Amino acid sequence: MSDSTATRAANGAVSAVSTRSGVGITLDSVSKIYPGQQAPAVEDFSMSVRPGELVMFVGPSGCGKTTTMKMINRIIEPSSGSIAIDGRDVLSLDPNELRRHIGYVIQQIGLFPHMTIAENIAVVPRLLGWSKQKTADRIDELLTTVQLDPGTFAARYPKQLSGGQQQRVGVARALAADPPVMLMDEPFGATDPITREKLQAEFLRLQESIGKTIIFVTHDFDEAIRLGDRIAVLSDRSQIEQFDTPASILSNPANDYVSSFIGQGAALKRLALIPITDARLKAATGASGVPTVVADASLRDALDALVLAGLPAIDVVDGGRAVGSITIDAISEALGAEVPGMPPAGA
Amino acid sequence: MMTVVTTETELLSTKAPVPPAKHRIFTLRRFTTPIVVAVILGLLLWWVSSLQLDSIEQRTLNWQYIARRTGEHLSLTVVASALVAVLAIPLGVITAKSPSKVFRAVVLALANIGQATPAVGVVILLAILWQTGYTTALVALVIYAFLPVLRNTMIGIDQVDANVRESARGMGMTPMQVLTRIELPLAVPVILAGLRTALVFCVGVATIATFINAGGLGDMIVNGLKLQRYPVLVVGAVLVACIALLIDWVAGFIEDIVTPRGL
Repeated sequence: MSDSTATRAANGAVSAVSTRSGVGITLDSVSKIYPGQQAPAVEDFSMSVRPGELVMFVGPSGCGKTTTMKMINRIIEPSSGSIAIDGRDVLSLDPNELRRHIGYVIQQIGLFPHMTIAENIAVVPRLLGWSKQKTADRIDELLTTVQLDPGTFAARYPKQLSGGQQQRVGVARALAADPPVMLMDEPFGATDPITREKLQAEFLRLQESIGKTIIFVTHDFDEAIRLGDRIAVLSDRSQIEQFDTPASILSNPANDYVSSFIGQGAALKRLALIPITDARLKAATGASGVPTVVADASLRDALDALVLAGLPAIDVVDGGRAVGSITIDAISEALGAEVPGMPPAGA
Repeated sequence: MMTVVTTETELLSTKAPVPPAKHRIFTLRRFTTPIVVAVILGLLLWWVSSLQLDSIEQRTLNWQYIARRTGEHLSLTVVASALVAVLAIPLGVITAKSPSKVFRAVVLALANIGQATPAVGVVILLAILWQTGYTTALVALVIYAFLPVLRNTMIGIDQVDANVRESARGMGMTPMQVLTRIELPLAVPVILAGLRTALVFCVGVATIATFINAGGLGDMIVNGLKLQRYPVLVVGAVLVACIALLIDWVAGFIEDIVTPRGL
């Protein structure tokens, strides 16, 4: 399939992009009280993020998720508590030096309009005193990684790019000095749904190969499910209502607040996270001329195909060969298997 | 502004190879002003040479006299504007960066007074309190033309997109690097527009220098009026207007060259 070759090609380009993978981040009783305000914006926030983990902060606007994230690179100074990256207390470091080693992407991207794309990406390498040649090589490499042709785009100015292209440059710029940690504040929030989905898929692929430790802020729960290794559902004053994997949060919301955040269709959202191979497949029907579903799709795709076909079972194909068939029952069973206390599917 | 691709055709059109933006500096429209000025000056010369000039007019309407007055006028204008640039731009930066609202208000109020006071008043007052002559006229011009440059510098820096500033900070630039690499380059068009205004102000107001014996084309205008020699008055007035047009044209030209590409 042409799509998977494209994926492999992109991964091949990516493998050289990062030599450093992520490091752990620890926040301990971090609070932020803005001067002149009674209630803290962030209160007693503690969290431990594992190296290479993509943690999503989800919550409504004004819940303090962005404030919490911005305290990690000290764009906002915490009022109390401590933050450590790779065991080093960030509050004891020079803030400018600290920020040069943390990738930072914001929703409005904030590309520098008077600099070309290449110059935008070169900002942090220049601050770190890289040689011209090393910087130029890095720019080519990163533009290729985010699927923009260096020859076409390096000399352009930000206003000559579409929103999606600008966002890619924003990610490339944040990756410029190969930082072990990335902070992303709704990076895909301002793009249209089609572009957003494309950027998310590219981003997942990128993260798979670079393995940075990423804090990703969003108010879109579906985005959180799609991208996150773990999701922190936050309420007012950045209180953690639940901090767990997407599957656990969907199958086992900690309280009403989390449930309301998941919204309708939790089961369908979970299906999207479970691969078809987790379900108990029956023998292939072998029928020709009916729809099939590929083996590396999700159960949600399988259900979609089943409903559309109007058949009790459809074949699952892997590399053109039918490896089994899937039914609605098998899907329900796989979903039930995610609930603790039930025997796992295929047991 | 961000453009969001919404349709397939738009997607295709953004993917089509677009050459990097080029400044079109030398266009026909660009030379409209100097051509118009040349025509006006030509007509003026033709009209004056068709007149029978009396001895009073002859003393003024000769190349040597006109060249000296024009030189004085230009010198006042350019030196005053340069002084304004050197003084008002740094002060504007400091004011824009100052966290103190009081400091901001005081600086703006002082600059406002400088401009709100009638120019003749400033010139005469300074002459009474201090001395007459070129230096006094220069100081008066600087006071008068200070506000547009100061205000535009402040606005130019203030208007830099907060997101651009935040991403600069988030990438680890020191406050000084944010100022010199991001804020000032982005403020250049606005600062230059202020400087251009100041230059044109100065051309006009420099005519008043004649009242405190500082020369300039104001001499011709005032003499022409007092002695009722209208050719002298007209030549002086038309020359001032032409200088203003030309200076504005040159400033616009420089503005286009100095403005960072990509804006």
